[in-house]
Amino acid sequence: MNAQASISAAAPAVADPAPRLVLDGIAKSFPGVRALKSVGLKLYPGQVTALIGENGAGKSTLVKILTGIYQPDAGTISVGGEAVTLGSAHRAFELGITAIHQETVLFDELSVAENIFLGHAPRNRWGMLDWRQMRARAREVLGRMHAGHLDPDTRLKDLGIANKHLVAVARALSIDASVVIMDEPTAALSAKEIEELYELIELLKAQGKTILFISHKFDEIYRIADRYTVFRDGEMVGEGVLAGTPQSTIVRMMVGRAVDQIFPERTPRLGAPVLSVQGLSHPTEFEDIGFELHQGEILGFYGLVGAGRSEVMQALFGTTPTSGGTITLEGKRLTPRSAAEAIEAGIVYVPEERGRQGIVADMPIFKNVSLPSLKRTSRSGVLQLKNEFDLARTYTERLDLRAASLSQNAGNLSGGNQQKVVIAKWLATKPKVIILDEPTKGIDIGSKAAVHAFMAELVAEGLAVIMVSSEIPEVMGMSDRVVVMREGRMVKTFTREECSAESLVQTAAGIAA
Amino acid sequence: MTLVASAAPQTTSSQGRRLPDRLDKPFRSALLSWEMLLVLIVVAIFVVNSFASPYFLDPWSLSDLSFNFTEKGLIALAMALLIISGEIDLSVAAIMALGSTLMGMAAEAGIATPGLVAIGIGTGLACGAFNGVLVTKLGLPSIVVTIGTMSLFRGLAFIILGDQAYKNYPADFAFFGQGYVAWVFSFELVLFVVAALVFWFLLHRTNFGRRVFTIGNNPIAAQFSGVRVERIKFVLFCLTGLMAGIASVLITSRLGSTRPSIAQGYELEVITMAVLGGVSILGGSGSILGVVLAAVIMGLVTFGLGLLNVPGIVMSIVIGVLLISVIALPILWNRYGPRKAF
Amino acid sequence: MSASLFRQREFWLALAVLLLIALVSARFPGFANPGNLAQIFNDTSLLTMLALGQMVVILTRSIDLSVASNLCFTGMVVAMLNANYPAVPVPALIVVALGVGLVLGVVNGFFVWRLNIPSIVVTLGTLTIYRGATFVLSGGAWVNADRMSPDFIAFQRQLLLGVPVLSWVALLTILLFFLFLTRTPQGRSLYAIGVNPTAAVYTGIDVGRTKFMAFCISGLVSGLCGYLWISRYVIASVEVANGYELNVIAACVIGGVSIAGGIGSVLGTVLGALFLGVIANALPVINVSPFWQMAISGSAIILAVVLNARGERKTGRIILKKAEAL
Repeated sequence: MNAQASISAAAPAVADPAPRLVLDGIAKSFPGVRALKSVGLKLYPGQVTALIGENGAGKSTLVKILTGIYQPDAGTISVGGEAVTLGSAHRAFELGITAIHQETVLFDELSVAENIFLGHAPRNRWGMLDWRQMRARAREVLGRMHAGHLDPDTRLKDLGIANKHLVAVARALSIDASVVIMDEPTAALSAKEIEELYELIELLKAQGKTILFISHKFDEIYRIADRYTVFRDGEMVGEGVLAGTPQSTIVRMMVGRAVDQIFPERTPRLGAPVLSVQGLSHPTEFEDIGFELHQGEILGFYGLVGAGRSEVMQALFGTTPTSGGTITLEGKRLTPRSAAEAIEAGIVYVPEERGRQGIVADMPIFKNVSLPSLKRTSRSGVLQLKNEFDLARTYTERLDLRAASLSQNAGNLSGGNQQKVVIAKWLATKPKVIILDEPTKGIDIGSKAAVHAFMAELVAEGLAVIMVSSEIPEVMGMSDRVVVMREGRMVKTFTREECSAESLVQTAAGIAA
Repeated sequence: MTLVASAAPQTTSSQGRRLPDRLDKPFRSALLSWEMLLVLIVVAIFVVNSFASPYFLDPWSLSDLSFNFTEKGLIALAMALLIISGEIDLSVAAIMALGSTLMGMAAEAGIATPGLVAIGIGTGLACGAFNGVLVTKLGLPSIVVTIGTMSLFRGLAFIILGDQAYKNYPADFAFFGQGYVAWVFSFELVLFVVAALVFWFLLHRTNFGRRVFTIGNNPIAAQFSGVRVERIKFVLFCLTGLMAGIASVLITSRLGSTRPSIAQGYELEVITMAVLGGVSILGGSGSILGVVLAAVIMGLVTFGLGLLNVPGIVMSIVIGVLLISVIALPILWNRYGPRKAF
Repeated sequence: MSASLFRQREFWLALAVLLLIALVSARFPGFANPGNLAQIFNDTSLLTMLALGQMVVILTRSIDLSVASNLCFTGMVVAMLNANYPAVPVPALIVVALGVGLVLGVVNGFFVWRLNIPSIVVTLGTLTIYRGATFVLSGGAWVNADRMSPDFIAFQRQLLLGVPVLSWVALLTILLFFLFLTRTPQGRSLYAIGVNPTAAVYTGIDVGRTKFMAFCISGLVSGLCGYLWISRYVIASVEVANGYELNVIAACVIGGVSIAGGIGSVLGTVLGALFLGVIANALPVINVSPFWQMAISGSAIILAVVLNARGERKTGRIILKKAEAL
C-alpha cells in the first residue's frame, strides 16, 4: 500500500548503459543443497539494482561469490566487459567490489580510520603503515559523505550503530569501489538514519557507482532502486526496470504464486486482565512503563529500533534487571530475577535473535522443545526420552513443523521452522503470557502467514500475547491495541480503530501529528 | 491453566503426518562412534603389550596398571562435564598439592585419618568453589582465572612447605592409595569405577546432564530457556574441586609423603584424557564412556612402555602424539579418505 | 588527550610497577638505583620476549602452551651442538636456534591452520612431545657449564655501552614487535582476526594463514630464548623451563592482553613481564622467602583479570536521555 505511493515518488528515467558487472550461469552447491542453479545478474553503473527473494533464495550465497568468499561451481563473471575469477576476498577487493553488511564487517576494538583502511592502508616509503596519511584520508572520505563529525581516532565500539554504518560506507568509498553491495543495510537503522543512508546512496549513484541493494522491505526498494532482479529457489526468475512494475508482480515472482499479505480475520474476545505492569523502570533503558494485558488479547508494541521495547520485554522475562515498578500476574506480585522464575510464573519470551537466544542449533528438535519442561517430562530428575518425544511431537505437529525427524538438529531447519520450534518449546510450558519479539523477522512469507495464523489461534484459546514488531502492516494487522514507545518511554496507546500507519510512524518518531 | 494445552492433543491426532523420533539406527551410529575407535585402540594396545611382555596379562600387573590412571581419571570425569559446559579448570593439580599440604600439616598436628580425609576433600571443595565464584559471579574467563588460582593454590603449598616435606601420616591412612577392597581390586580402582558410573548417570541420564550439554552448545539460549546457567557452572567447578580433593587424598596416601611439587603437570594430563575421550574442547559434546576409555588408554600406554623399560618422559611423547592424531586423523579421513580410489 | 591517558591500562600498570619499586626502595634505597633497575630488566628479558611472542598468538584468539617445551628442545639442540662442535661460532648457533624454534612453531601452526584443530589441544600435545623429544635427543643426559664453550656462555654477558647483550636483544625484540604490530599490515591483521574473524575474511585477510604466522613468530622467539636461557643458566636438561609457559601467559594477562583476542599492546605486555620481574627481584631484598613468588603472581593474575574485565565491560546503548547526561 505504501509502496504504491513510493512508485510515483521515485521513478527516474533509466537509460541503458553497458553493464558494469555481468554474472552468467553461476551455480553453487553445498552438501545436500543446490544453493544457486545457473543464475544470471547484470548490474549497471550509476544505478541501484535491488536483489529480491525469500530467505533461502540464494541471495547471500551470491553475495559471498561476488565478494570472493565462495567459488562458484560453474558460470562466468565479467567486470567491465572482461572475464574475471574472484578467487579470494582480496581479488574481489582489487577489482573494486565491496560489500556493506549489517554489522559484521567492522572491528570494534580498532579506530575509525583503521576500519576504513584495513587491507589497503597508505604506506610510507619503507613499506610501513602511514598513520598520519591514513587519518588525513579518513577525514577526507568522511567529509566527502558529510560525516565530518566522526573523529578518525575514535574506537569503533564507542560509536552508535548508525555511525558504524557511515564508517562501513566510507570504507567502500575509500577503496574507490566500482561495485558496492549493500546487504540489508537498513536492518538496524532508525527512520532518520535510513533517510541519511538514502542520501548517501544517491551520492554514490551520482558518482557512477554500481550498487546492488538487498532488502526484504518493498517500500525501501521502490524508494531507492532503479532495477530489480528476483531470485527464487536458487534461480533468477525475473528482472527489469522497477518503475511501472507493480509490487504484486514482484511478489508473484518471489513466491511463484500471487499472495496478498492477508492477516487472519478474528473477533477479539477480551477476558479478565492477566498481566498488569505499573511504573516499570530501568536506570538507563526505560522508564515508567505501565499497561494491562487481557486474556485473548494481542498487545502490539511499536517503536523505532532502539526505543527500548525489547528491554522492557526482557525485564518482564527476568533477563534484564529493573530499578522500580511492579509486575502483577493474575493478581500475584511477580519480581522475576531470572528467566527460570518468569517461566515458572507463566511468562515466556520468543526472542528476536533466534539463533543466539532462541534455539540450541546443535541439539535435536525434541531436546530444544523439552528444555524448559524437563521437570515435567522427567521422573525425579532422571530423563524420560519417551515423554520428551511425545511432548515435542504434540506441539511441533500442531505448528506444522517441517522436519525429517524429531532428532534432526534444530540448526539445520529453515528460519521459519526454527521459529516454530521456539514457539513449540514455549507452548509446552503451558504459559499464561507469551511475548513475541519481532516474530516474523527474517522468515519467508509462507512461514510468516503460518505464524500469524497461529497467533490468532492462541488468543482465540484464551492466551494473552504481547507482540513487539517494527513492521507496520504486522502491527496493524495483528494487534488489538498498540503501545508506541520512544526513547525508553511509552508515548501513546492506540486502540485498533484509532490506529493508522501515519499516526504510528509519527508518534514513534516524535513528530507532532 | 490455559486452553492451549488441553486443546493440543486433539489437533495432533487430526493431522495425518507424523514426525518420526529418529531416522538413523542407534546401533549403526554406535558402531561408527568415537568410543568405538577408542575401544579398538584399547584392544590394539592390549594385544601389542601382551606380545611384547609376558608379564602384561598377569592380574596383578593389570591391577598395578590401574594406579597409572585412577587419580587423574577421577578428576577427568568431572573435568569432562566442566569442559562440555564450555569452561575449563587448569588448577586441579594445584588443588591436589594444596590439599595434600594441608593434610600433611594436620597429620603433623596429630589429627587422625577421618579428619585428614575431610580436610583433603574439604580443601578441594573450597578451592573449586573459589574458582566457581570468580568465574560465575564476576564473569571472568575460566582459562585465565584458573591459571591464576593454579599459581595461587600451589604457591600457598610452597609458602607452607618450602623445600620441606611431610611424611608423618597415620598407618591406616595408607589404605586409600595402597589398599585392596578384594583380591586384585584396589580401593582406587573400585572408587574410579563407582565414580565413573555415577558421572555417567549424571551426565547422560539426568536433567542436570542435559542442561550441561545445552549450556555448552548455546549458553544464552539455555539461559533464555530457563536454565540457571551460572548456578550449574558453579556446581561443576565445585564438583571438579571435589574430585581433585579426593584425588589429593589418594595420591598422598599412595606416596605417603607430601612435597609442594606433588602432582605437577597433572592438569594437562587430565585435560588430555578428556579431549582424547572425545570431549569437545569448544564445549557441547562428549561422553563419560569416552573419558573412561581414554583414561585406560593412557594408563595402558604408560604401563606398557614401562614394562619395556621406556622412560616416562618418552611415554609423554606417545600421549601427545595420540592426542593430536586421534583428532587430526578423522579430519584428514573426511577430507581425503572417501575420495581416494584404492 | 590527558583524560584518555587515565583510561589506558598501560598507564595504571606502569603506575603499579613504579609504586612497587617505590615501596621496596622506601626501606631499601639501593633497590631503585639505576644499576639495580637495569639488572631487573636484564633478569626479565627472557620473560619479556617470550610474553611478546605469546601475545601475538593470543591476539588471534589462540594460545601457545608449547613455548617452554620449544625453548627446552631448542636449548638442548644448541647446547649439544656447542658441546660436540665447539668451533661452530655463536652467530651460527643463534641461526640454528631461530631455525629450530621456527620449525616447532610451524608444526603448531600447521595443525591449527590446515586441520583447524583448536590451538589449546594442539599445543597441549606438542608441549609433551617437544619435551619428550628433548629427552630422546639427549638420552636424558645434561649438558653443563664445563661442556659449553666460553664464547657460548659469554655472548649474552658482553657489555655494549655498559648494557649486557641480553638486554640489547630484549630491547631490539621489543622495538621490532612494536613496529610489526603497529606499522605493518600483517601486524594489524593479527588484531583484525582477533576482534572479528568474520569481518576479517571479508577484508581479504586469510584467518588461518595469519594464525599460522602468529605461531611461527612465537616459535622463532621461543627458539631464540632457548639459546639465551641455556647460556644464561649454563645448564641444558629435560627439566629446563618446566611449566614456564604459564608464567609467560601470566605476564600477558597482567599486561592487559585479552584472552578473547584482539586486545593487547607491546607496552602493556612488557610492563606485565616487568611487574613479575620486579616482584621476583624484590622478594629477597625485603627478606621474604622466594617461595612466596608463586602465590603472589597467582594473586596478581587474578587481580589483573578482574580489573581487565571491568575495563572491557561494554557500555551498552543508553536509551533514556536523562541517563545519557549522567
